[in-house]
Amino acid sequence: MPLWTWTGLKAGKAATRWPQSGPDGQEGVLGMPRLDIAACRSGCDLCVESCPTQAIHQVDGEPVIDYGRCIVCQRCVEECPEGAMQSSYDWAFGVRQRSDLIWSAALESAEAADLRKRIAASQRRSLHIRHVDAGSCNACESEISALDNPFYNLHRLGIFFTPSPRFADLLMVTGPVTAPMHDVLLATWEAMPEPRSVMATGTCAVSGAPMDEGYAGGSGLEGILPVDIWLPGCPPNPAALIHALLLLVERMPQKVTGGQYAQ
Amino acid sequence: MNMHSPMNNCSIRSVTAGQLAAVAQECLDQQMRFLMAWHDWEGQQCVVRYLLSQKDNPEFVLLELRGTDTIPSLAALVPLLGWYEREMQDLGGLHFTGHPEPFPLIIHEGFSIPQPPLGINGSSGHLSGLYQPPTMPEVQGDQVQDLYWGPVRADVVETGEFHYSYIGEAILHYHPRLFFKHRGMEARFAGQDAQRSVYLAERVSGVGSACHALAYCQAVENAWGIEVPPRAQLLRVILVELERLYNHFHYFGQLSKTTTLKVGAATGFLMEEKVKQLAGELTGSRYLRSLLRVGGLRRDLQAEHLAHALEPIIDEGEAYLDRLQQTATHLDRLMGTGVLSPSAAFDQGATGPVARASGLDRDLRRDHPYAAYHKLRFNVPVRQKGDAMARSDVRGEALREAIALLVQASGRLKAGPVHAEFDVPGGAQQGLGWAETPRGTLIYAVRIEDGRLQRVKIKSPSFSNWRVFPLTVHGTNMMDYAINEASFGLTIAGCDR
Ligand code: SF4
Ligand code: SF4
Repeated sequence: MPLWTWTGLKAGKAATRWPQSGPDGQEGVLGMPRLDIAACRSGCDLCVESCPTQAIHQVDGEPVIDYGRCIVCQRCVEECPEGAMQSSYDWAFGVRQRSDLIWSAALESAEAADLRKRIAASQRRSLHIRHVDAGSCNACESEISALDNPFYNLHRLGIFFTPSPRFADLLMVTGPVTAPMHDVLLATWEAMPEPRSVMATGTCAVSGAPMDEGYAGGSGLEGILPVDIWLPGCPPNPAALIHALLLLVERMPQKVTGGQYAQ
Repeated sequence: MNMHSPMNNCSIRSVTAGQLAAVAQECLDQQMRFLMAWHDWEGQQCVVRYLLSQKDNPEFVLLELRGTDTIPSLAALVPLLGWYEREMQDLGGLHFTGHPEPFPLIIHEGFSIPQPPLGINGSSGHLSGLYQPPTMPEVQGDQVQDLYWGPVRADVVETGEFHYSYIGEAILHYHPRLFFKHRGMEARFAGQDAQRSVYLAERVSGVGSACHALAYCQAVENAWGIEVPPRAQLLRVILVELERLYNHFHYFGQLSKTTTLKVGAATGFLMEEKVKQLAGELTGSRYLRSLLRVGGLRRDLQAEHLAHALEPIIDEGEAYLDRLQQTATHLDRLMGTGVLSPSAAFDQGATGPVARASGLDRDLRRDHPYAAYHKLRFNVPVRQKGDAMARSDVRGEALREAIALLVQASGRLKAGPVHAEFDVPGGAQQGLGWAETPRGTLIYAVRIEDGRLQRVKIKSPSFSNWRVFPLTVHGTNMMDYAINEASFGLTIAGCDR
């Protein structure tokens, strides 16, 4: 069918080569707010009040942000009178340690610093992913599915989705883990051969926010499965997903340590 | 108006349990259509409400039944109410007598909760339990095979468990078990600040974020009597039509995938991506989140040049739809597949493109205008055959209409404020907000007291269409199942809530 062949050739050219080169496709897409602690007015707690998911707490008069609870709603940015909370394009928030999602003025962990130096250690390892929806709003699935569209074309990176957990290296979980999904999720993980990895995909899966509490919520993967990569974002965009996948296979460095984003 | 807090755009009629069936019949005779039913506990008093639309009249009709939690089921007379009644039984602690399918719906067999979470005493405790197979009609026969598929299926899809009884290729019975993803969204709103809960509405169904935010905001604006400024109304149209556009491109990608038209699938998904990238650039969010607020928009958007930015998408989208129209191998699989008759569509509550493909000419944007739709011109495509082909045709035309609306709306933008100033009123109010989403009728009903939400009911289009879909599967064959499902364009998150 020449009609579709021609279309196919055109669509083929749509693929970006990112992260090697080319656009990441996220022009203008807002990420997690940045905290400029120098601008913060001591004793004010408007950001704490503004946050619908309790991602911001006050410790010794200063805000501490848990990006694992952030849904990128930008309300703290709007409500901070000093401009200390600033909107940013920081969305590549995949990290190996849950604690790295918590903002702290202290210096970064040794492991992350090490990772940051190590780029493209191996381009060979391929990855097979099994996805499980443990109660998402479906925006996370929508972004994960986008990885297979001609623009991101995940296959070019040697990363594939597989229907069977038996062939999967990575379990990608979305949603806060609702009660009926708890055992189903564990059974899927059990069915995977070792070594197996787990990615908490989206803020819901990282912490449950904003779907924790309530009679049918869940608190994400903490204490349920051993998580290798925590990726908050509501939803994490396709480039953030690619970054987190390449972080897992040590082909890209971690960007965030102690809640701070490397330039 | 009545002595309780009134709901705008509605004429309210009080009924007793004894009158209910007769009044329902009367409404049907006047060609009204039931849209949804929900319960509320106002203090210790149980209230059940039935919302109906009238023919050629933008005013809704609301039947209100107060003071009893044991109510005769209307499901035999108005089948679409069957699921709403079961939901009220599971979550509200109500009883519907004479229900033809009195089984659990939201809370699965094997699961329980200490008290009904939307019951007289409010929510406490957590859902827990162990998997048990669903209640199912018994299908007997020598060669009948049973297949349970899910809840984790192939591919990146939402969670649901599908049960098929079949002989060879022929499906005798099909039953989707949903609500694995039930997050108790309606209860989450309760007690929250009505002004600040848009973020919850945005997360009920991710690919409908903008429509959910809009319907929610309109419900609160309706309750508080807020006039949204014209610029914000047009920008709201732009946001929800962008949402429609990426959803419809996704639909054609998915449909092509099931007819094994690989390039057609890739093209649809690429077009979807282009619209999302445009949305990201215009608004900061690929899902058009964090933009709406009660009273208008949180910030202004520079959408004046949208038509220009859309040009490549318009040309490629047009060429894409034309190519699909010329691909016999694709169309052959759609023709005659999954037929939904007009009467089944009406009785069982089909909505959106699914309903319009079965001859029901309804669209909230035209019939009950909101935002700036009354100022804009657009067509509502309708087909009669009710097969996958008709559903796909309706979506195709709706995609073109969405583009036309985006061009029109952006061309009419004039400088001005993007949100209204208002004071949050004290006391009790109720409001209704709605939107025609890419999948059909979405309605929010809210009850507020002193600025805090007391009850929020969400009627999502997929809750309606999931009920209808199995009717088109019984008696068809396994080979066509995936195509038929894709032709409905369902989501599960919105249905499960
Ligand atoms: S952007 Fe994140 S931290 Fe800020 S208010 Fe929203 S959820 Fe909280
Ligand atoms: S993280 Fe956000 S986008 Fe993802 S499932 Fe949860 S609410 Fe939806």
